Amino acid sequence: MVDIPYEAIADVPPAEVPDVELYHPKSWVTKYVFSQDAKVIAVQYALTASAIGLVALVLSWMMRLQLGFPGTFSFIDPNQYLQFITMHGMIMVIFLLTALFLGGFGNYLIPLMVGARDMVFPYVNMLSYWVYLLAVLVLGSSFFAPGGPTGAGWTLYPPQAILSGTPGGRDWGIILMLVSLILFIIGFTMGGLNYVVTVLQARTRGMTLMRLPLTVWGIFTATIMALLAFPALFVASVMMLFDRALGTSFFMPTLIEMGSLSKYGGGSPLLFQHLFWFFGHPEVYIVALPAFGIVSDLISTHARKNIFGYRMMVWAIVAIGALSFVVWAHHMYVSGMYPYFGFFFATTTLIIAIPTAIKVYNWVLTLWRGDIHLTVPMLFALGFIITFVNGGLTGLFLGNVVVDVPLSATMFVVAHFHMVMGVAPILVVLGAIYHWYPKVTGRMLNEVLGKFHFWVTFLGAYMIFFPMHYLGLLGIPRRYYALGDAAFIPPSAHTLNAFISVVALTVGVAQMVFLFNLVWSLFRGKPSGGNPWRATTLEWQTPETPPGHGNWGKDLPVVYRWAYDYSVPGAKEDFIPQNQPPVPRGAHGAGP
Amino acid sequence: MSAIILFLAVIAIIVGWWLSQQRLTAKPWLEEGPIDDFPGTGAMTLPAAKIGLGMFLAVAGCLFTLFISAYSMRMNMADWRALPVPKLLWFNTGVLVLSSVALQWAHLAARRNDMDGVILGLLAGGAAAVTFLVGQLLAWQQLIVAGYFVASNPANSFFYLLTAVHGLHLMGGLAALGKTTAKVWRSTEVTEVRLSVELCTIYWHFLLLVWLVLLGLLTGWTDNFIDICRHLLS
Repeated sequence: MVDIPYEAIADVPPAEVPDVELYHPKSWVTKYVFSQDAKVIAVQYALTASAIGLVALVLSWMMRLQLGFPGTFSFIDPNQYLQFITMHGMIMVIFLLTALFLGGFGNYLIPLMVGARDMVFPYVNMLSYWVYLLAVLVLGSSFFAPGGPTGAGWTLYPPQAILSGTPGGRDWGIILMLVSLILFIIGFTMGGLNYVVTVLQARTRGMTLMRLPLTVWGIFTATIMALLAFPALFVASVMMLFDRALGTSFFMPTLIEMGSLSKYGGGSPLLFQHLFWFFGHPEVYIVALPAFGIVSDLISTHARKNIFGYRMMVWAIVAIGALSFVVWAHHMYVSGMYPYFGFFFATTTLIIAIPTAIKVYNWVLTLWRGDIHLTVPMLFALGFIITFVNGGLTGLFLGNVVVDVPLSATMFVVAHFHMVMGVAPILVVLGAIYHWYPKVTGRMLNEVLGKFHFWVTFLGAYMIFFPMHYLGLLGIPRRYYALGDAAFIPPSAHTLNAFISVVALTVGVAQMVFLFNLVWSLFRGKPSGGNPWRATTLEWQTPETPPGHGNWGKDLPVVYRWAYDYSVPGAKEDFIPQNQPPVPRGAHGAGP
Repeated sequence: MSAIILFLAVIAIIVGWWLSQQRLTAKPWLEEGPIDDFPGTGAMTLPAAKIGLGMFLAVAGCLFTLFISAYSMRMNMADWRALPVPKLLWFNTGVLVLSSVALQWAHLAARRNDMDGVILGLLAGGAAAVTFLVGQLLAWQQLIVAGYFVASNPANSFFYLLTAVHGLHLMGGLAALGKTTAKVWRSTEVTEVRLSVELCTIYWHFLLLVWLVLLGLLTGWTDNFIDICRHLLS
């Protein structure tokens, strides 16, 4: 760290209050229910996403019960199994992870971290949540609809998604799913415009882009990606809804259904796949980039060291965001394509490993010789790095056409994407909750319960998904209700499946400990004070904890430095908040 | 998917240009102190609503481009039979152009502080837009009477789908226009409403542009252009 002496630094005036028109709630309902305060909306998003996420967790238990102990549980039939797969996948990817990272963390952290009073369009922000809630309710209602939810698989591939052989195909299931997705995208767009414009326009004085915490960079870039990628899912959903409800043939080829020629003809299932994956692959990074950003901040704070290679981290986030739009067809190798396209998409897929690897190196180099505090958030962040590397490496396998083709329909793929897109981001979500819970509630989460939660979740996840790679290499197919007596499947595979199921249920129960911790600590947790982690970023410098309406009292903060001034040589403390004015040269004592 | 890739390339160029102005090569760990030494790197000074509209247009543009991508892929299949475009669409297009012109008039009047001109422009623009929507519905009716149903051919399906999506966007715009007109009605100072009028105008021009592209596509004018692009790209 080099001190640059400034003269007349004390003369920088804070931005005065009437810089934005804040909506002031007049009743309990407008304060906590139809709230326009981003912090309340964030909690609403987080609670709704977690609630529907728990449903998806229970669905995964059902699948594991069937896979581990086939035929034992009579209440799981083949159709239900397909419905569980579909709903588990869609809920986890979109209604939990996307909503939680962008709607939850985005809403809470962006205004606080950039030094704004709120989002720039609070009313639209409120609408965003309520449309999201409606989307969740529509999706949830499909469990009670005639025929149950759709069992088309989370990718909803036509033609099977809307045919009578698929659960929910000719009933309400697929319709409710598509309507729910359309609503989600409308709601997200309302929120997403808020997140982006707030970062662009409402940053406080001194908060340049290069002084933004990486959390904001991650959420900001992911939101831009989501705004541009979700329309593809919107288009695919609307067109499929037309196919299902109005009998058009956008995606539906000529086929014989239940012995007779269907009314459809001439459509292209591949067209749907292109649209779906044009959204679907950026979606991986829409979830991953906020996780990258958050984990950077957790590591820097809890290792008491500035993030290594900040500029490179920013560039890598932007590069990953851009590259992720030109890799979508690697999900379609088995659908068949012109060989040069396969070559192109394999190349772009492998290139994306470069900025990703830069990030991993930089996290490790941030830890190098840091003052590592093994707090619960830090444990989760470390768990993320290892898991992401694991999942990323198997992604390199699958990015190659010749490796992907034989493995594509096996449990190897399930293991890969659960490591990289399931476990890794969830570890960050959990770490982030342990990290920011004190700011949201003013109380610390219980650390003993937290460490128990971490170790069971982390080790459990590996016991679940590591063996799954092996099962995949054996050729065990995914999506199957029962494996039958195929000769290539050894008895040990069945034993392994039973083991995975037992661990999955155990890890699931450990999450109940976490839920208990969340509720118990809300009332009995140790008071945290304003800045329990001694962090530099603005959200920890609010005059009140939890932050009050408008976040900052009378004056907005002024930012004088980047977000990572930890362990600055010569400084009194091992952190310097972003809003602390610099002292003239020499006042630190001995400089570097 | 070439159309959407080209569209995103344009977005990427704009984003890249903007980022290049933001000193992304700065070394923030060395730059302690007030940032006033680096003009232009602070928050954008444009009104939030204007930036928000710009972002929304990018999203809506993306949506329409994806529809166009899907259209150009689907139209190559063997069962595609182009449908006769109702003559009414030309009238509708003219009305939409008038609507855009009226809003431009309102926008210019707002800049001249001419409140009456603003009201006149907004009302005329709104009325023309409603006429356009009614005209589109009549065009649907003509096609249905002629036996061109939504599911009878993919070309028909796309016709109904694209016109419906465009119409819904226009209806959303009409809601904003209605709000702006009410605001203009209540206020005495043109400065209070200038931004709202400008945003409506930008949105109207955008929807006109989208409609012209869609019209080119639906009438088959752009078929040759699409073919040339396809040959170039393959």
